[in-house]
Amino acid sequence: MELTKLIARRAVQLIIVLLFVSFFTFLLVRLLPGDPTDVIIPFGTAAKKAELRSDLGLGKPFFEQYADYLNNVLHGNLGKQYSSGRPVSDLVTQSFPVSIQLMIYAQFLALLFAIPLGIYSAYRAGSRADTTINTTGFALLAIPNFVVALFLSYFVGAQLKWLPTGGYAPGWLDPLFDGTRGADIGEHFNYMLLPAITLALGQIAIYMRLLRSDMIATLQENFISMARSKGISNRRILWRHALRPSSLTLLTVVGLNVGALIGGAVVVEVIFGIPGMGLKITQAIFSREYIELQGYVLVIAVLFVLINFTVDFLYTILDPRIRRGRSAT
Amino acid sequence: MSKPKPTDIEKRVSAAGSTVTQSSETLLEVSDLTTYFRSSRGLVRAVDGVSFKLDRGKTLGIVGESGSGKTVLARSIMELLPRSGLERNGSILFEGTELIDFGPKEMRPYWGAQMSMIFQDPMTSLNPVMKIGNQISESIREHLDVSKQYAKELSEQLLVSVRIPEAARRLDEYPHQLSGGMRQRVCIAVALACGPKLLFADEPTTALDVTVQAQVLDLMATAQNERFMAMILITHDLGVVAGRTDEIVVMYAGRIVERADTKTLFSNMKMPYTEALLKSIPRVDQPSHLRLSTIPGRPPDLVNPPEGCKFAPRCAYAQDRCTQEEPPLREITPGHEYRCWFPVGTPEGAGALANNRAQGTTATGLVFQEPEVATTTRGDG
Ligand SMILES: Nc1ncnc2c1ncn2[C@@H]1O[C@H](COP(=O)(O)OP(=O)(O)OP(=O)(O)O)[C@@H](O)[C@H]1O
Ligand code: SF4
Ligand SMILES: [Mg+2]
Repeated sequence: MELTKLIARRAVQLIIVLLFVSFFTFLLVRLLPGDPTDVIIPFGTAAKKAELRSDLGLGKPFFEQYADYLNNVLHGNLGKQYSSGRPVSDLVTQSFPVSIQLMIYAQFLALLFAIPLGIYSAYRAGSRADTTINTTGFALLAIPNFVVALFLSYFVGAQLKWLPTGGYAPGWLDPLFDGTRGADIGEHFNYMLLPAITLALGQIAIYMRLLRSDMIATLQENFISMARSKGISNRRILWRHALRPSSLTLLTVVGLNVGALIGGAVVVEVIFGIPGMGLKITQAIFSREYIELQGYVLVIAVLFVLINFTVDFLYTILDPRIRRGRSAT
Repeated sequence: MSKPKPTDIEKRVSAAGSTVTQSSETLLEVSDLTTYFRSSRGLVRAVDGVSFKLDRGKTLGIVGESGSGKTVLARSIMELLPRSGLERNGSILFEGTELIDFGPKEMRPYWGAQMSMIFQDPMTSLNPVMKIGNQISESIREHLDVSKQYAKELSEQLLVSVRIPEAARRLDEYPHQLSGGMRQRVCIAVALACGPKLLFADEPTTALDVTVQAQVLDLMATAQNERFMAMILITHDLGVVAGRTDEIVVMYAGRIVERADTKTLFSNMKMPYTEALLKSIPRVDQPSHLRLSTIPGRPPDLVNPPEGCKFAPRCAYAQDRCTQEEPPLREITPGHEYRCWFPVGTPEGAGALANNRAQGTTATGLVFQEPEVATTTRGDG
């Protein structure tokens, strides 16, 4: 009961936020200096420009333009890439799953190492193992992404030839968005492993550190003494009693990173030649494909909002007290 | 692996009283236990040479002001203190086994199964993100070889036995959905889950409403009788232990300053500190936090305690000797020991009082105040 009401209220908030987001992406193109068509297709013929003008509905009143834009977006029409004439929605459905998969693998790898290391270094706080883990983590964090990427690509890819140095094969998510692509999972992972490791390495130290400090605080709590006094194993105390109440900060930061990685893994995507949104956005900017850019920005913004919504929801699962706290207000 | 029949476990877990024969053999013997914490200021002598014995099925009260080392003593015996910076020596014999050198690994089979603890603050003792049922049954599952389902049934029975209404539903609730009194009952249920032989109850009622306090104490007494379990009841309020314990130990600055059976302690206390504590028992007609009279001054610094008797700066009886020589813990009559040069109700004590009364101050410069004992002692309950 409580929970359904909470979800309903959050859903209303979500719709309002999404309207705002769409309004700002709409403004993105309308606020281009001068005549937007001159910026978007500076060398286009007069006929082309007239077509674009009518596509954008530039002659109409402002709010009618927005209503049209919204209507188009809701029907999956994000406009065209003017150099090729391809629908932006096609470009999005190709690059979006690529970025999502890369992001998932990177987060998975980062958490896979960060959670046990964070728990262990909190449990052994101040010990030599703790210091070693921390120093190593920060050393990895200090190396810029592109150095790690080039290093891995060169040694593991070019020298050892264990994995390809770059390129992409569709995975499990691509066919769902773009039915024309078949999946070859083995190939897919061969291409994605090094980029995912590159992205994960920078995050392990941060995640571990966040978990460690919250965990150290939790381990001081009375209920941990109580759990110990029951004679249950250390492993159970750490994983079942201490981890959940210590993971709210970690969850928040993971949520932010998930959003940031969708369009922000530019360096890694460029170095490994992965056709994700980061790469596409960069290309769109350089080739002045503002309508295409608008499409990516909209998708990323919507995703950001959805992730935040999910994180909020996960809070209530992680900590049942929040459920009551929020619904009481 | 054959699982024991439920009836066997039931016997162990609840109502063990019928299966254990009444005997007064020693369950716990603590000798010269010290527990120090290393700190930047120096060694904090939180427990400093404590010795006592506890027989099976009996109740020992540990009484003392805040900071006197009661919690540290209990946790030290159970080996539940953080290990870094800890210096812990002496002897702890539990059923004849020396526990002092045991680490957490060796202690695990004892925790929960042989000895358990109800912690000082019920509001923070339960894991806020774990269902009540799991918090009880994990202990059962750890120590008794029973199925998940059976552990759940036992948990429900335990909740019923600590008088929690709608026990079945509570199993799936979280601690924040329960009142303080209910949470303390859950803590009691957890502590009783595996039928321990020794229960530490650290101020089990301090955080609770006055009306609930007696209920919880009665509940614990019932559980104790049913199981023939020994109990160490810790409190700063002599009123709580009155009539509920067999023996009482009074602690001051990490040391035992008086030990006697409950009746003797209330009727014939020898230590001025005990007398002062008795004066500070809250009356029923007053809110529990209002003391009848509080003892002047503060407990001594545990890093640099004063020379002589540690209570001297606050004692109405204090003479010069008290500031120079620390009185030893002496067993004057069998079963009654105390640390004092001028004990209450003795000619020496009367002389010391007369002397201080005449001077208007004590040997430590404290303004003299008459230490009259509250007229209605509740000693024999
Ligand atoms: N981990 C620790 N490190 C240093 N000093 C400690 C530590 N734990 C307890 N102490 C000190 O030991 C002394 C005894 O504390 P303890 O908690 O046993 O008192 P208490 O009698 O239980 O008091 P209360 O009635 O307030 O619970 C206090 O002065 C406290 O500051
Ligand atoms: S009379 Fe002396 S020895 Fe006895 S408690 Fe007072 S100060 Fe200590
Ligand atoms: Mg205490």
